[in-house]
Amino acid sequence: MEKFKRILVSNAVPIAFLALSISAVLVARIPPLFLVSEIVRRLSRNTFLVLSLLIPIVAGMGLNFGIVLGAMAGQAAMFFVVDWKIKDIPGVIVAMILGSVIATLLGWLAGLVLNRAKGREMITSMILGFFANGVYQLIFLFFIGSIIPFKTRQFLLPEGVGLRNTVDLYGSIASALNKVWIVRIGTVRVFVVPILITVGLCFLIYFLFKTKLGQDIRAVGQDMHIAEVAGIKVNKIRIIAVIMSTVLAAIGQIIYLQDISTINTYNSHEQVGLFSIAALLVGGASTRRASIWNAIIGVLLFHTLFVVAPSAGNKLFGQPQVGEFFREFLAYAVIAFALAMHGWSAKKGKH
Amino acid sequence: MNKLFDLLKRVDIPTLIIFVFLISLFILAAFTKVSIPSLLSDSLKRIGMNGVLVLAMVPTIRSGIGPNFGLPIGIIGGLIGALVSMQLGLVGYFGFWVSVLLAIVLCTAIGILYGWLLERVRGQEMMVGTYMGYSIVAFMSIMWLLLPFSNPDMVWAIGGRGLRYTLTLQDYFGYVLNNFLKFKVGRLEVPTGLLLFFVGACLVVYIFFKTRMGLAIDLTGQNERYAISSGVNTKRARLIAVVLSTIIGGVGIIVYAQSYGFLQLYQAPLFMTFPAVASILIGGASIRRASITNVVVGTIAFQTLLTIALPVLSQVTRGDITEVMRLIVSNGMILYALTRAPKEAN
Repeated sequence: MEKFKRILVSNAVPIAFLALSISAVLVARIPPLFLVSEIVRRLSRNTFLVLSLLIPIVAGMGLNFGIVLGAMAGQAAMFFVVDWKIKDIPGVIVAMILGSVIATLLGWLAGLVLNRAKGREMITSMILGFFANGVYQLIFLFFIGSIIPFKTRQFLLPEGVGLRNTVDLYGSIASALNKVWIVRIGTVRVFVVPILITVGLCFLIYFLFKTKLGQDIRAVGQDMHIAEVAGIKVNKIRIIAVIMSTVLAAIGQIIYLQDISTINTYNSHEQVGLFSIAALLVGGASTRRASIWNAIIGVLLFHTLFVVAPSAGNKLFGQPQVGEFFREFLAYAVIAFALAMHGWSAKKGKH
Repeated sequence: MNKLFDLLKRVDIPTLIIFVFLISLFILAAFTKVSIPSLLSDSLKRIGMNGVLVLAMVPTIRSGIGPNFGLPIGIIGGLIGALVSMQLGLVGYFGFWVSVLLAIVLCTAIGILYGWLLERVRGQEMMVGTYMGYSIVAFMSIMWLLLPFSNPDMVWAIGGRGLRYTLTLQDYFGYVLNNFLKFKVGRLEVPTGLLLFFVGACLVVYIFFKTRMGLAIDLTGQNERYAISSGVNTKRARLIAVVLSTIIGGVGIIVYAQSYGFLQLYQAPLFMTFPAVASILIGGASIRRASITNVVVGTIAFQTLLTIALPVLSQVTRGDITEVMRLIVSNGMILYALTRAPKEAN
């Protein structure tokens, strides 16, 4: 009984979300098959991004709002691949390599910044994301087509400088990974390749923490001073953790966008941080502790609610907008709640 | 001359860059066809508009909490005040002052709750504040759709339910402060009432920090242990700082709205926080110390920069580069302040 109670308390957030999701599904009367196919699709396209958050959490740096930088890197790489007319799988691979290179550079810079703001990593990484967004807009609104060569006129604004609001990937790398191997179970389509890549990443992360580097990351996360005394180069390890997270986010964004098939040039990356972090927290992670299972369960629960919230809002209040604002509210509120718990327990730990 | 060098040494590099940039923009403006007097009147208007919101950062920074990233919480209080006043059909100065009064009452209540929460999450106030702000704005977006406001000027024409995205204040209390004792010198227009309100608000905060309570807040921010040993109730000091900041935020948005002529609901409150934080930092504040001078200097510099950059730069480059510039400048400034603070604390 005691044990049961403890499990209930320590998993309060996922359980609450499960209850909320189930009631929303019941209220909205969503056809189950539609729901299942949506969830399967979202699992294959969003989980990779959520997993990219894990390493910095283990390194004690909290939720890395800076994965937005990785998403930008991935997107930037995709623009060029589209422009160079590299299609399908080779296109995705080139985008991933190019994206990783940009992400490594950005991750290194982000790591340097975050090392100067120890104890304030989360707010700093968030502001860093906003700042990078400004630089991103500067590059893709004013530099591309003028300083940076870009040949595909149809994606440029009428003056020939700056990218249009949407860049569609049809005829280039749209669904390149998805369509390689599709398993149909009834009307539910399962995209096997993105799922395999995600599972591969799960194993990679699992084995990373068995290596020397993984142990060092864990040690830094537990106590920086003790790790420093033990001869671990704390700053270097932290930078490596951020670089890995940023590179994974770049690849994750490419997986995500090849599924979506259109890039909203100036919006696609903005919500990545928010929704990935919210999903991870819904899965029961905290700012100090997160596992692969938190990521998977989180995507499952968060996206169920995401799918059904608008129609549930419509049924309950007669306005689909209510549901849309409600899911946004939940995303923010779950983060606010997790952060408050983080502050709360940090304070308790001190006294 | 030495004094000048001393001053330069104390000024942060980003602040210096911004001032140099500002001066070069003015020089550039002189060579283009842009009318400088009308630019200056626009700047004056925007300084008064945003100044009070920037002022809201002072109490929390001085109490050691850091910039009030939960500014939207106060803004929501102010918006409700203004909406109630509109629903009652109050116009002109009366409508304005009733809104302000309601905002103060509401923000005191919300501020106490918010302060209570922040006290429990010491060390994470900036992050918790940011996300509490986001959550409340999203929550209130639902409320704007569902609350029983019925004034036809406020709700959607179709369906008669749910507040519009922007409400016109023209027939209510729009421009009341701007038009108070307004005068013109050639093409330069001075919104006297607006500026007087800003100066008045600064003065009130300045005087508050000379009182016993204000000094207690100051001491709490500078050295908590010393404050406790001198008999200051630091928890109470921080709570009062948060409440004060929330109230100023609420009043600030009403001042902003009357000058803009529109009340912006839904997502709009989210876009107020970071420019306000950046303004005070540009004025020379850090996340641990701030003065009224920082508020005034920062608001003048940042708002003038934004006002004159648009017409001047649009002659040089294509499109609206100012929005991008605003993002880079404001977030760059906050980033600089966040990465610099530890050295200062030691």
